[in-house]
Amino acid sequence: MPSVCFYFQVHQPYRIKKYSFFDIGNDSNYFNDAGEGDLNNQRIMEKVAQKSYLPTNKILLELLRKYPEFRFSFSFSGVVLEQMENYSPETLRSFQDLIKTGRVEILSETYHHSFAFLHSLKEFKEQVKAHREKIKSLFSVEPRIFRCTELAYSNDIAKIAETMGLYGVMGEGLDRVLGWRSPNFLYKPKGTEKIKLFLKNYRLSDDIAFRFSARQWKEHPLTAEKFGRWISQFNGNGEIINLFMDYETFGEHQWEETGIFNFLKHLPEEVLRNPDNDFLTLSEAMERYQVRDEVDVPYLTSWADSERDLSAWIGNDMQRDALLKLYEIEEDVLETRDENIINSWRRLQTSDQFYYMSTKTLADGEVHSYFSPYDSPYDAFICFMNTLNDLKLRINKQNAKKY
Amino acid sequence: MKTKVLMFGWEFPPHNSGGLGTACQGLTKALVAEKIEITFVLPKKNKDIDDSFLRIISPETSYMNFHRFDSPLSPYLGSTEYFRAISFSPGLVYGQSLFEEVLRYAIYGGNLAERETFDIIHAHDWLSFGAGIKAKERTGKQLVVHVHATEFDRGGGEGIDSRVYQIEKEGMEKADKVIVVSAFTKNIVIENYGISPEKIVVVHNGIDCFDCDFTSKNIHKIKEKGNKIVLFTGRITLQKGPDYFIRSAKEVLSCMDNVFFVLCGSGDMEQQIMEETAKLGISDRVLFTGFLRGERLQEMYRLADLFVMPSVSEPFGITPLEALASGTPVLISKQSGVSEVLYHALKVDFWDTREMANKIISALQYSPLSQCLCQEGLKELPKISWKNAARKCINIYTSLLS
Repeated sequence: MPSVCFYFQVHQPYRIKKYSFFDIGNDSNYFNDAGEGDLNNQRIMEKVAQKSYLPTNKILLELLRKYPEFRFSFSFSGVVLEQMENYSPETLRSFQDLIKTGRVEILSETYHHSFAFLHSLKEFKEQVKAHREKIKSLFSVEPRIFRCTELAYSNDIAKIAETMGLYGVMGEGLDRVLGWRSPNFLYKPKGTEKIKLFLKNYRLSDDIAFRFSARQWKEHPLTAEKFGRWISQFNGNGEIINLFMDYETFGEHQWEETGIFNFLKHLPEEVLRNPDNDFLTLSEAMERYQVRDEVDVPYLTSWADSERDLSAWIGNDMQRDALLKLYEIEEDVLETRDENIINSWRRLQTSDQFYYMSTKTLADGEVHSYFSPYDSPYDAFICFMNTLNDLKLRINKQNAKKY
Repeated sequence: MKTKVLMFGWEFPPHNSGGLGTACQGLTKALVAEKIEITFVLPKKNKDIDDSFLRIISPETSYMNFHRFDSPLSPYLGSTEYFRAISFSPGLVYGQSLFEEVLRYAIYGGNLAERETFDIIHAHDWLSFGAGIKAKERTGKQLVVHVHATEFDRGGGEGIDSRVYQIEKEGMEKADKVIVVSAFTKNIVIENYGISPEKIVVVHNGIDCFDCDFTSKNIHKIKEKGNKIVLFTGRITLQKGPDYFIRSAKEVLSCMDNVFFVLCGSGDMEQQIMEETAKLGISDRVLFTGFLRGERLQEMYRLADLFVMPSVSEPFGITPLEALASGTPVLISKQSGVSEVLYHALKVDFWDTREMANKIISALQYSPLSQCLCQEGLKELPKISWKNAARKCINIYTSLLS
């Protein structure tokens, strides 16, 4: 004790190209930007593969070979896997190599990295199912533990996951949720029978994901040796250390120059230096450890911003209106039975589309635009709404044919 | 001890034809509120100026040997317009050219400076630079020149008047500090005037929210039910991009009815723009109101569904802030200083009329878009205040005087 449970999120959305009002009715390709900018999905996939996925996979594979105790988990969105298949098969193969070791678990999520549970339970379940099929076909494994988009979590999400036959679910280990309790144990979500809850240790996770290269941070520079010591300090008062983060942390959010790869290379060695420590996949952790208490989360939480809620996605009128208008047409979309239309509609559900529309001012006064390929939240909203209006035209045309 | 500033301007509300007068009023009000004493010199005595907060000296009230210094100086007058202006006033003895007038103003400024007590000189734009330089030469006091626009903006890319350029350049070279209204203008000053970057300070313009009437809920609705108004205000001249506005209007009207495009302002291109409107076949949808000010302009701002500033080259651009303060969302050209400080606005390249039309249509059709632009934009205004601009100016005075 304690066991380190790494989970890395791998996701890339289909970004909508600059889609003008004048394109409505004339162009039914929404995601095929071919320019030099950050709306070109192929270009981004290739860039992130080179900077992050491929080098990090290589390191992890070496670590798995070197340390038989080393284990971790991934969650892939369906849309990132599609893009790997199309734009970077080499990257997909390198992920498959990792999974083949049998010591890397894959988690369950919505195929389209969506917030469908907010608007349509039917659509939500459809996407979880589609995701499971995709994982089975690419990796020959079946996910058992559910992770909702952006680590969104509440009692209700746990209940839904349980009814879908999943064994575990994940959330942010917020102080306001836990009170005096620590995130370093397994919990039971309120109102459920058997499903188990993993809560992110946000301090240690964010030390790597956000603070790693922050020079003003008093612990900078963060070394593997120091981090290993912090883990050992939980000996006797923690069973699982849940380190959840975006996989792009390695090489994309934290550039190679920050020393992040070197940190990762040495981390298993430093953690395992103390024979009481080890690494587990989430399923293994669930088998080894007991549930310690029940946790009640009646409202939605997430892993974003200082508020840890969904305000980055549904915080303003544009975002709420866009979501509403998108799910309003669910029945009509499905009625078309047109794979292309249904696919486009689902790609529009990806959480990033709404994140780009955020007008939130962050704690440090910065505007919420760092991770957006658009010039402003208004440009993102305009492209989205124009696209949606073209899609509606196509739906009406398709459905009119039938009568 | 109060810092005393001798300030040279050339227009002041309500006798202003553009943003310079508004800027001078905003800045001087905020400076006086910060305990700075200002003597403001204008080429013309304006009796109805609200000058309770500063002392205005006009050439004609001086002890100089000028009889009724009835100068036709106006900031947006090129030399051609100047000749036209004087040819319409036969019998009046003006300087033979605009440049003689500027020289007369300069001599007047120098003489005045010897009689006034002050600590520092602050001159706004090229017509007053000469006066600032003379005042500096005669008193040895330090000079701050404030660049609100350059000849490169006024020319709208159509070539510049080299004499104006020379005066601007000399003013900036002889000044101890050069204030510019945006990083956009700073680049022009460095690249085209060869001024050292260390000498230049960016002081963005501001807006006083309190100047705007938020409480007026009983606005008379002149809008027909369902009709949208897209507003352009400012001089109808090349620099302001009215031609791009009209071309976008054409594109918008090709897919939307019930939209009216209103141009508030006058200028040398008015005739040309009207003719182009007719040629495009949209005359029935484009209204020209002429130059509006005060309450009538405010009302137009409030009635508009979207304000558009399509400027080709805009050193700052206060009008979008005025529109926002009136609760109207704004679309501005990326070629403007104000886009450096205003995040919550739609932005386009002035030449991209298709994209301008796309954004106009989106703002008119997707109501959450204009709601967010407005709500968030209003929150931004207090940060773009004259108080901040005044404090930056005071820092410049203090560093020069210490």
